[in-house]
Amino acid sequence: MSFSWSRVGAIVQKELRDYRRNRFVVLTMVFLPLVFIVAPVIQLFAIKVQITSAKLDDRIGLSLLYLLILPAIVPSVLSAYSVVGEREQGTLEPLLTTPIRSAELLVGKALAAFLPTLAVAYVIFGIFLGAVAAFAHHAVVSATFERDHLLVQLLFTPLVAGWSIWAGIAISTRMSDVRAAQQLTVVASLPPVAIVALVNFNVITASIGLALGLAGALLLVDGMAWRLVAAMFDRERLVTGRQGGPTRRA
Amino acid sequence: MTSDPDAHRGRPGRGRPGRDGATPGPALVVEHLTKHFGGRVAYEDVSFEVGYGEVFGFLGPNGAGKTTTVRTLGTLIAPTSGSATIAGIPLTAESGAAIRERIAIMPESPGLYLRLTVAENLECFARLYELRDVRDRIDRVLRAVNLGDRAKDVCGSLSKGLRQRVALARALLSDPEVLFLDEPTSGLDPVATRDVHDLLTVLRERGVTIFLTTHRLEEAERLCHRVAILNTTLRLVGRPDELREQLFSRNLDVRTRAPLDEPGRVFDGLANVDGWERSPSGSYVLNVTDPDAAAPVVVRALVAADADVLSIAESHHSLEDVYLKLVDEDVEAAKR
Ligand SMILES: Nc1ncnc2c1ncn2[C@@H]1O[C@H](COP(=O)(O)OP(=O)(O)O)[C@@H](O)[C@H]1O
Ligand SMILES: [Mg+2]
Repeated sequence: MSFSWSRVGAIVQKELRDYRRNRFVVLTMVFLPLVFIVAPVIQLFAIKVQITSAKLDDRIGLSLLYLLILPAIVPSVLSAYSVVGEREQGTLEPLLTTPIRSAELLVGKALAAFLPTLAVAYVIFGIFLGAVAAFAHHAVVSATFERDHLLVQLLFTPLVAGWSIWAGIAISTRMSDVRAAQQLTVVASLPPVAIVALVNFNVITASIGLALGLAGALLLVDGMAWRLVAAMFDRERLVTGRQGGPTRRA
Repeated sequence: MTSDPDAHRGRPGRGRPGRDGATPGPALVVEHLTKHFGGRVAYEDVSFEVGYGEVFGFLGPNGAGKTTTVRTLGTLIAPTSGSATIAGIPLTAESGAAIRERIAIMPESPGLYLRLTVAENLECFARLYELRDVRDRIDRVLRAVNLGDRAKDVCGSLSKGLRQRVALARALLSDPEVLFLDEPTSGLDPVATRDVHDLLTVLRERGVTIFLTTHRLEEAERLCHRVAILNTTLRLVGRPDELREQLFSRNLDVRTRAPLDEPGRVFDGLANVDGWERSPSGSYVLNVTDPDAAAPVVVRALVAADADVLSIAESHHSLEDVYLKLVDEDVEAAKR
């Protein structure tokens, strides 16, 4: 079976064009990040100078954690819609009549959710760092710009997004209504954030080794997920609303 | 209907070697194909062949199984039993993508991306077929459906008829070996319907192989080389004129100035006349095997009976009569 990146590209291009003109998507991409940047910035600005360094670290951890919820939630809105949304608007059937393979469609959908999410999350992180550098107390600044913090944030942003995208697409291929798929996906996107939270709050002892291990595990899951989701992808069920048994997956 | 088994299988009326010699043999071979949804039968034991260059009509009432058949041949759903070869490729669980590369399907509803423009919709599909010269192709298919000036229109702003034409253009992009059209005019107003018919006539003249489902008789009769009548099972396959003949004994329609006193004595036992009845309009309808042989005999008998004959003519059945008769038979059978 040949995997065509050009077909993947066609899906990504189509999706991005569609997002740009979808008011709901645009509003989500703009307002959700605003919500998630205001709270952490206020958190850090509110820090008093006399705070102990352990407490300072906790507060910064909380702020960064807030910022990690963003790459979990933003793509879940897109990925939960990806398959069931096309089905609802009647565009899935024509799409499935083309030579596209299930894996190509799913990878295209995943990338189309991944790219804008990554852009938004990194831009927001950049704004956050900029705001801290410009306005926060210098102790806060140096604690925030600590190497491990930055590394964890940069590394986990795409990994958390990947998880949430695959969970969303998997749910989207199985649900028959967009709203239910979106609600379920938001819940399903949180476990990796929860683990990062445990690390951040020292429930699990933080070490760079642990973080890297965790990142590796997530990377593996994200990298393998498309196979699992492609195997779950049942054209017949998607077209007719019924289990197709041993249908064509090619 | 006939004892010739091939007639039932519905062999193509005319064949054409595959384009560029790519796929020899018929465009479609369907044998004993059956699809059940749980306990419900969508279609059963359907067999037919379609030759390249043929426009094949799949005619049946709502719920006859037309869409399910198209989806099966389009590799979207798996048949419960039976086999099919599409554009030379046997339908299996693995051959879906290879088959879809050679065909195109226009589903019942156009399914366009309404926020994208006409050109953007077509571009996406052209890339999914991995076509080269995407711009040229888009221009060409849009001109083919008379939408050359609408490329930049957002699909959401188009009327239903125009959307249907965009969907047709989309299906033409890849120059498919077999083009499946599922009720291409359903829900269109008469003008939009005529436009689609004109486009299909052009395609037919260009030799495009088309599998057309419809519940509209005049559409099948007008556009198709051959028609299959489906009502869960395949009832008949043939050229529209053949179907009429197969299903009906021929009739002579006799009009007289006044009703006959004893029509039975005039018509009963005449050579070549198998039976007769009075039509609601007052004429006499005679079942005959050979109208040319029967007509003189009937005229002589009428003259001998002193009747004033106004006209005597062979009556023609439309495909509609064939169709309604078949569907009525099914309704009757269901009652029994
Ligand atoms: N997804 C489905 N689940 C159950 N039954 C179905 C499904 N799709 C079609 N059917 C049944 O199969 C039969 C044929 O339907 P369909 O192929 O849509 O007919 P047509 O296109 O000729 O109107 C109908 O009785 C319909 O109820
Ligand atoms: Mg139908």
